[in-house]
Amino acid sequence: MGNSSYRSKTGGLIDRSQTIHFWFDGVRYPAHPGDTLASALLANGVRLAGRSFKYHRPRGILAAGSEEPNALVELRTGARREPNTKATVVEVFDGLEAFSQNRWPSLKFDVMSINSLLAPIFTAGFYYKTFMWPAALWEKLYEPAIRRAAGLGRASDDPDPDRYEKLTAFCDVLVIGGGPAGLMAAVTAARSGARVILADENFNLGGRAIDDASVIDDQPAAQWVCAIEAELDQHSDVRVMRRTSVFGTFDGGTYGALERVSDHLPSPPSGIPRQRMWRIVAKQTVLASGATERPIVFGNNDRTGVMLAGAVRTYINRYGVLPGRRAVVFVNNDYAASTARDLVRAGAAVVAIVDSRPGSTDAVRAVARDVGCPLLDGAVVIDALGSQRLKGAVVRNAAGSTETLSCDLIAMSGGWNPNIQLTTHLGGKPQWSEQLSTFTSGVLPPGMSVAGAASGEFSLKGAIVGGAKVGQVALTQCGYQPVDCAIPSAISESAAMSPLWRVDGGRGKAFVDQQNDVTTLDIELAEREGFRAVEHLKRYTTLGMATDQGRTSNVNALAIMAELTQKSIPQTGMTMARPPYTPVAIGAFAGHHRDKHFKPTRLPPSYAWAKSHGAVFVETGLWLRPSYFPRPGERDWLESVTREVKTVRNSVGICDVSTLGKIDVQGPDAAAFLDKIYMNAMASLAIGRCRYGCMLREDGILLDDGTVARLGQHHYFVTTTTANAGKVFQHLEFCRQWIWPHFDVQIISATEQWAQYAVAGPHSRALLRKIVDQPFDISDQEFPYMQVGEMTVCGGVQARLFRLSFSGERAYEISVPARYGEAFMAALLEAGEEFDACPYGTEALGVMRIEKGHISGAEINGTTTPTDVGLGAMMSRKKDFIGNVLGQRAGLLDPDRPTLVGFQPVDRGQRLRAGAHFLARGVKEIAENDDGYMTSVAYSPTLGHWIGLGLLKRGPQRIGEIVRAFDPLRGYDTLVEVVSPVFIDAKGERVRG
Amino acid sequence: MRITCPYCGNRSLDEFLYHGDAEPQRPDATADNAMDAFVSYAFERTNPPGQHHELWYHEAGCHAWLVVTRHVSTHAISSVDIARDLAKARTPNTAGRA
Amino acid sequence: MAREHFSIFSIMREAWRGHSGWTPTWRDAAPKPEYDVVIIGGGGHGLATAYYLARTFGITNVAVVEKGWIGGGNVGRNTTIVRSNYLLPGNIPFYELSMKLWEGLEQDINYNAMVSQRGVLNLYHSDSQRDAYVRRGNAMRLHGVDAELLDQAAVRRMVPFLNFDNARFPIHGGLLQRRGGTVRHDAVAWGYARAASLRGVDIIQNCEVTGFRRDSDRVIGVETSRGFIGAKQIGMAVAGNTSRVAAMAGLRLPIESHVLQAFVSESIKPFIDGVVTFGAGHFYISQSDKGGLVFGGDIDGYNSYAQRGNFPVVEDVCEGGMALMPRIGRIRLLRQWGGIMDMSMDGSPIIDRTPVAGLYLNAGWCYGGFKATPASGMCFAHLMARDEPHAVATAYRLNRFRTGHAIDEKGMGPQPNLH
Repeated sequence: MGNSSYRSKTGGLIDRSQTIHFWFDGVRYPAHPGDTLASALLANGVRLAGRSFKYHRPRGILAAGSEEPNALVELRTGARREPNTKATVVEVFDGLEAFSQNRWPSLKFDVMSINSLLAPIFTAGFYYKTFMWPAALWEKLYEPAIRRAAGLGRASDDPDPDRYEKLTAFCDVLVIGGGPAGLMAAVTAARSGARVILADENFNLGGRAIDDASVIDDQPAAQWVCAIEAELDQHSDVRVMRRTSVFGTFDGGTYGALERVSDHLPSPPSGIPRQRMWRIVAKQTVLASGATERPIVFGNNDRTGVMLAGAVRTYINRYGVLPGRRAVVFVNNDYAASTARDLVRAGAAVVAIVDSRPGSTDAVRAVARDVGCPLLDGAVVIDALGSQRLKGAVVRNAAGSTETLSCDLIAMSGGWNPNIQLTTHLGGKPQWSEQLSTFTSGVLPPGMSVAGAASGEFSLKGAIVGGAKVGQVALTQCGYQPVDCAIPSAISESAAMSPLWRVDGGRGKAFVDQQNDVTTLDIELAEREGFRAVEHLKRYTTLGMATDQGRTSNVNALAIMAELTQKSIPQTGMTMARPPYTPVAIGAFAGHHRDKHFKPTRLPPSYAWAKSHGAVFVETGLWLRPSYFPRPGERDWLESVTREVKTVRNSVGICDVSTLGKIDVQGPDAAAFLDKIYMNAMASLAIGRCRYGCMLREDGILLDDGTVARLGQHHYFVTTTTANAGKVFQHLEFCRQWIWPHFDVQIISATEQWAQYAVAGPHSRALLRKIVDQPFDISDQEFPYMQVGEMTVCGGVQARLFRLSFSGERAYEISVPARYGEAFMAALLEAGEEFDACPYGTEALGVMRIEKGHISGAEINGTTTPTDVGLGAMMSRKKDFIGNVLGQRAGLLDPDRPTLVGFQPVDRGQRLRAGAHFLARGVKEIAENDDGYMTSVAYSPTLGHWIGLGLLKRGPQRIGEIVRAFDPLRGYDTLVEVVSPVFIDAKGERVRG
Repeated sequence: MRITCPYCGNRSLDEFLYHGDAEPQRPDATADNAMDAFVSYAFERTNPPGQHHELWYHEAGCHAWLVVTRHVSTHAISSVDIARDLAKARTPNTAGRA
Repeated sequence: MAREHFSIFSIMREAWRGHSGWTPTWRDAAPKPEYDVVIIGGGGHGLATAYYLARTFGITNVAVVEKGWIGGGNVGRNTTIVRSNYLLPGNIPFYELSMKLWEGLEQDINYNAMVSQRGVLNLYHSDSQRDAYVRRGNAMRLHGVDAELLDQAAVRRMVPFLNFDNARFPIHGGLLQRRGGTVRHDAVAWGYARAASLRGVDIIQNCEVTGFRRDSDRVIGVETSRGFIGAKQIGMAVAGNTSRVAAMAGLRLPIESHVLQAFVSESIKPFIDGVVTFGAGHFYISQSDKGGLVFGGDIDGYNSYAQRGNFPVVEDVCEGGMALMPRIGRIRLLRQWGGIMDMSMDGSPIIDRTPVAGLYLNAGWCYGGFKATPASGMCFAHLMARDEPHAVATAYRLNRFRTGHAIDEKGMGPQPNLH
C-alpha cells in the first residue's frame, strides 16, 4: 500500500503534516486529519467498500455526504460497534477500525452474491407470491432463511457504554446549513444583534463553496468562510454548531438536532458525552440545507467507480483525493460539467464529457475546450463495465451507435434535488418545478424560509444573495433592525439542465435505489401489478426505505413511474419526508434516562433510616418503599412479614405512609366542594373528625379512596392512595377550576411536606404518649377513633395526629414536617423499645388490610363500582357528586356483577394466589362459567392460613359456598370457601381500643 | 408543540397534560333528562378536524387548567385562555355560597 | 386482471419471460351506479369486509371506495403486531377469531402476508403487575387461548440481552403468547384486495365520499368525488376519520382522533426474535424480516388529524427502549411516522348498526386495529349480511356507554388519551 497514491500534493482541508492510521477489514492504511473514512479509502485506492442488501453486488462510494447508499461499514468494535455507518460522514481518527458488512466470508468474495444469479426470481415483492405452502414451514424454514440473510450490519452485543445529553436551546434565528447561503443568513442576522444558532452536519463549514473550490470576494472560498466564521465567533449571541444535524421539524418552532460531540474521537473524553440531543426553539428558521445530486439510472450504474459528479469534486477539493485517473463525465446539466476542470487540474485525464442534451450548451463546450477533452453531446452512458473495479463506459452517441471508453471513473450528474425534507415534516407538500425539474418546498412550517440550493437556487451568487435576503427577513421578523452589509461578489454559473431520468439499452441492471437493490425492472413490475401510487411503489419495491432515506432514488423512481404510466411527475405523486432527516442513534433520544436513571426515584422521609435498618425496598410507582425489615435468623420474607404483622396485632408497629397523597383544602366553600368530589357526605363532618371517603369518576367507577380530616370550618386535609396522588390532585383542580369555578376554595398538594407514620397496635397510644408533648391529651375520651388534632411532639415539633386504622388495630397516623421525618422515625422506634415495637413495610401493611377486608389498588382497578366492592351503601342519595348520574346506569347496577367477598382454602394448608379465576364446582372450565377472580391474597398470621379477597358474581349471596380458584396458567386448582371479606374483628372493636 | 400559558409563558408540550374537548359542559344532575345529558357529556364527541377548544392542565407549571384553541389538522394554536375565567363567565354562580 | 394462482411455479414461469405476464394485483374499478353493499374505506378492515362478504356470505356486488390509495390508512402505518392476549370477555373471543383467521390467511387468500408467530412477551416488573397478568392469562386460557407465565429466569433465557441487572424497574417475568407475532402489514391490504377483486368486488381508488343520500330514514347511497353511488347497505370502515364521515350522516360518536407514532431503525442483523413489551414504560419492539427494529409506545395524547407526532413522545419511547435493552443505543432510528387512531371512550371498538337505517359502523379501533383486521372484516360482513352481530362481536355495541357496559381493558374511563 503505497502512501496515498490517489492523494494530490496540495489542496483540500486536510492536514498533510500529520499522518494517522486506520484499519479497514483488518488492513492498516494511512490518512490525514480532516479525512473522512471514504476519502481516506479512496486516497489509498480502495474502491470496494460494501455489498448491496439483496444481490450482494460489490459497491463502492457513490457520494460524499449523508446521502451515501453504498459505503456502509461497521465502525468500532465491542460495545461501541456501530452498524451501517456511512463511510462518507465518518471522520478518521488514529486507530479507527471499520469493517465491511453483509458479506461472507470476505468483501471481495461473498458467497451470497449468488443471489445475483437468482435475480430473475428475486424481483420486487416475489415473497408475497410464494413460501405459502405448507403453512407450517413459514416459521420453520422460509422465514429463518430470510432472517439469516436480512439486515446489514450487526448491533453491538453489549450495552452502549457512552453517555448522551439532552439540552434545549432558544434563539431568534436558527440557520440550518453552513454553506454560502447559510453563512450569509447567519452573519446578516448576527450583525443586527439577533440570537443566532447556525448548525451544519459537517465538521467544517462552507458547503459546496468548499466542495467546488469556489471564489468569493476574489478569494478562495475557504478563506472567505474562515473570515465569516471568525466574525460569527465574535458575536456573543451566536452559537455555531458543527457536526450537528438538524433532523426534524416539530410543532411550535421546535427542531430536533443531534450534535456528534465525540464521534470523531476514539472514545468520548471523561465527562464528555458521545452525542448531544438538542431541542432548538427558534422564532425564525432559515433552511439552507443545500441539495442532493441525482444519479443517472443506466446499466450497471452501481459499479464501483461510478460516482456523483459533485462528490468527485468534493473529494478533489475538500480532501485532496483523486477518485479516479481516467474519467468519463456524464451529465445532463451545465453545472456538473465543471467537474472535468477539477479532474484535470488535479491530474486526472478526462476521457470525454458525455452530455445527454443534443447540442449541449456553450458552458459545457467551454469546459471541454478548456480541458481539451471530447464532448459527446446527445450521448448517454448505457452501461458501466467491470465488476469490482470500473473498466469502461459504453456510450451511445446521438446517432445511436455505441463505443466503449476505457475509464476508471464515471462522474455522473442528473441534476440536483433541493434538500427540502425539513419543510415537509409538518405536512407541507413539495411543489414540482417544471423549470428546475425537481421538487421545491411548498407551504413552509411557520417561521421557516429557504435559501440557496435548498430553495432551488443552484448558483453560488444566488446562494449568497438569497442567504443574505432571507437572513434579513428573519431578523426583521424577530424585531431587529437590519444592518446594511455588502454582498460578497461571486460568479453566477449556469445550472441549466434537461431532465434525464434513466437510460435504456444497457445490458446490466439499472439501479434506482442502490442500497435496497431496486432496479428499473422492479419499477416496471410494480407498474404492471398496479402499484402505481407512489406509496404503493415504495412499499412494494422497498424503494427509498434504506438508510439513505431515498435521497438519491425517490425522484428518479417517481419520474420513471410517471414515464411508465404516461402521467406527469406531480400527477404521479410526491415524496413526503418523515423525520429524521438523517438517522439518529436511539441512545441519543434517551439521553440519561436509562438503567437506574430511567425514571426519577422518590424516597420516603424515613428512607435513610430504613436503609440503615436493613429494609428490603420495593418499587411503588416512582417511590422506593420498605417492603419488610428482615431480622437475623429469619429465613424468608414470609417469616419477617409474619413477625411484623404479629407485632402490630399484639403490640405496636410503625410504618412510613408518607407516600399517600396529601391535599390541603381551604376556603369558605371547601365543604361544599368536597361534597361534590366524594360520593359520601363531607360537609357534615365535624371539625376535629376524620371520615373515610370514596370518589368516583364521572362514569360512576371508583377513582380513589382515602381519608378526609376536617381541621377547621373552612379547612380540610384529605389523603389519596399512593398510586393516584397526582391523578386525584389534577381531578380536584379540574373540578375546582372548570366545573365549579364559583367555589371559593383553594387546594395545594402537601404530599412532600409531611412525613406521616402509621403507629398501629394495641400499644400505639402508650407509645405516642411518650412523645406527644404536654398538655395534649390523647386519651380515648379526648381522642377517640377518627379524631384528628394538631399538637406538638418531641418537645415542640409541630405535628398532626389522626386516629385512623388501615390494619384494624387501634392505630394512629402522625405527621411531622418532612424535614423531621428521619429523626422522627428513630424517635418513634426508640419510644417503642419497651413495647418491642418494630418497623413494618408494605407487605405487612398489605397483609393486615386484607385481613381487615379493606380495598386497595387491586380492587380499585378502574372497572369497579362502589357496589362491586361492598361500599354501595356509602353513596349519598341526597346530593350531586361526580359519578352520581352515570353510576346509575343499568350495566353498573347489574346484580350479576362480580362483588367483593373473602376466600379461604378449604384445605387450610393450601396457598392462594391472586389472578386465579373462580368457577363453581362441577362446571366446565370455559369462559362462560368464569365467575370472577381473586384480587389479593395473603398468608394471615392471625388466622394461620392463606386468605384472599376477590370479585365473585353475586358474591355476598354465596357466602359459605365452595368454589374453585382456578389458575391454569400456573397449574393450580384450589377449592376455596366464600366468606366475608372481613376476616378479623368484624365488629370493629379493636380499632376503638 | 408549545403552549403559551397565560401565567407561565411559552412552554413545551411535555409540561402539560391533555384532557379533551372543552365544549361539553357538565349537565344539571337534577334535570329530567339528566341521564341522556350525562351520557352525551361523558361519551360523545364532535371530534372536528379543524378548530378545537380543548382542556389542558399545566401540570409541571402553575396547575392552571387552560382552554387552548388549536387546529387539530395543523396543530396551530390560536388562543390560550384560563379555563376558570371562561367557566365563570359561562355559568351563573350557583355555588353553595352567595 | 389477476387470475394467476401465486406460487413458486408461477414466479419461475414469469422469470422465464421477464415477468411480463403479471397483471394488476387488483382491478382498479370505476364506480357502477349501484351496489348491494358499499364499503367506505379501502384500508385493511374495509378490504377484509369486502372479501368476507364475497367469500363467506356470497355477496359480491360490493364496492370498496377509497379516497386515496388502498392500504393507506393504519394498515399501512402500524407496528405489525398480532396477538389475542386480551383480558375482558368482550374482547378475547373476537381477537382469538382474528388470530385464527391470521393463521390460515395466506392459504385462504393466496397471498403471503408473512404471518409470523414468533411470540408476544409482555413483561411484568412488580407483584401487582404479575397478578394482573395472571388474571389475564387465566382469562385467556378459559377462552381457549394460549398463554404462559414466565419467571425472570425464563425471560432471561428467551431474551438474554434485556436489562436484568441494572434496571430501575427490574424484570420479574412475563406473560407470553407464543401464537402472537407479526404480519407484513401492507401485504394484508394488497392480499385482501386481490382476493376480493378476484371474487368480483370493485375496488375504487381516488374516490372520496362527500355525503350520504337518504330516502327518509334510510341511506340509499353515497355522494362521491366520482359521482353518486347507490347502495342498499353502506358500511363505514374509516378509522381515524370516523367522526367526520359519520358527521355527514348526522352522527356524533364516542370517538376522538389521536395520533400514534411508530418508529423503525436502520436494518441490522436480526437479534430480536419475537415481540417484547416493556411493562414499566411505553415501549414495545419487534424486528422485521428485513432487519429493521420496529417499535412504538404511547399515543401523543391530544386530538389530532395530522399524521405526525411531537418530540416528547419520541424521547419517551426511546427512553423506554434504552431502559429495557441498552444494547440498542447505537442503532439509529431511521424513520418515525404518525397514524390517526379512532380512540374510543373505553379503548374498545364498535361494530354495529347506526341509528340511520342501512348505515353500519366499524370504528373505534384505537391502536389495536391491525391485529383485528381479519375478524373485523368477518364480523362487519356478518353484521351487514345477516343484520345481526357476529357471536364474537356482540359486546361491540354503540349503545354500551349508555347501558354501562363499557369494555375498558385498561380501566382508564372515558378519557381516550389514557387508553
